[in-house]
Amino acid sequence: MKSLADLDAIRTKAKQDMAARSEAGARRIVVGMATCGIAAGARPVMNTLVEELRTRSINDVAVTMTGCIGVCRLEPIIEVFEANGDKVTYVKMDSAKAKRVVTEHIVNGQICQDLTIGAYEK
Amino acid sequence: MRDISLHLLDIIQNSVKAGATSIKVIISTDRGKDRLTVSVEDNGCGMDAAFLQKVMDPFTTTRTTRKVGMGIPLLKESCEITGGNLVISSTKGVGTALEADFILSSIDRIPIGNIGDTFFGLILDRPDINYRLSFINGENLFVLDCEELRNKMDGVSLNELSICTWIKEWIEEEKKNIFGGILDEIIS
Repeated sequence: MKSLADLDAIRTKAKQDMAARSEAGARRIVVGMATCGIAAGARPVMNTLVEELRTRSINDVAVTMTGCIGVCRLEPIIEVFEANGDKVTYVKMDSAKAKRVVTEHIVNGQICQDLTIGAYEK
Repeated sequence: MRDISLHLLDIIQNSVKAGATSIKVIISTDRGKDRLTVSVEDNGCGMDAAFLQKVMDPFTTTRTTRKVGMGIPLLKESCEITGGNLVISSTKGVGTALEADFILSSIDRIPIGNIGDTFFGLILDRPDINYRLSFINGENLFVLDCEELRNKMDGVSLNELSICTWIKEWIEEEKKNIFGGILDEIIS
């Protein structure tokens, strides 16, 4: 059973994590989480991204939600924003593809070309 | 939508977009009346009477990226298919209240789903919003109050991963405690 008392320990740990974190990173992953995205399975995609980043101790990449990106038929859609403002849009995501994006794009800096909106819209 | 938690994630974003700083969500069951009720109340910008009239119509949306808005019509459908209904009231400048009624024992009632995951996403995205989530089943009551939590946090944001993960697990644990796990099953 959890209780509010547990929070004290977690808060102390979170404070240490915050202090250790580099402020340099400004990379973001944005998940389309409007009706279209949710119905297509965006929530598990977001969960996988967060889990995978945590597993790999990557704590300078923020995961956030946004509304409808405008191409509902290609949902779930995620956008990876680089620190310099460049953006890569991945479409028709699922948990397995989300793991690939973290491994190949976030960790190794290799864009997963076959998952991008460009590859689907040819 | 596959379950109620996904509808909630969707509907609550309307409140967020309406600029709400306080969003109250109550999930309650009444075995006697055979009802499962989900209500969302916010202090967002509200809607005028004319927009409120149109809000159940899928061809109404405030968005500019597309011409349809399916969130509310889909929730209405999920309620009505069980024999329940969806009621929305709103006052411009004050806020909006939404109440979704499901017939608890209806075979068409979708499961409650993972409420923890829903709030995990919401809090991760907007840790500044005062979400207040209640589970009510007869005398059993659980309340999660983000404002109260934040006051205990000594400056640590609620969207720290370890914090919102803990909140997510807490919600799911209490959901099972309060409702006894029955909500994900078909009730005979």
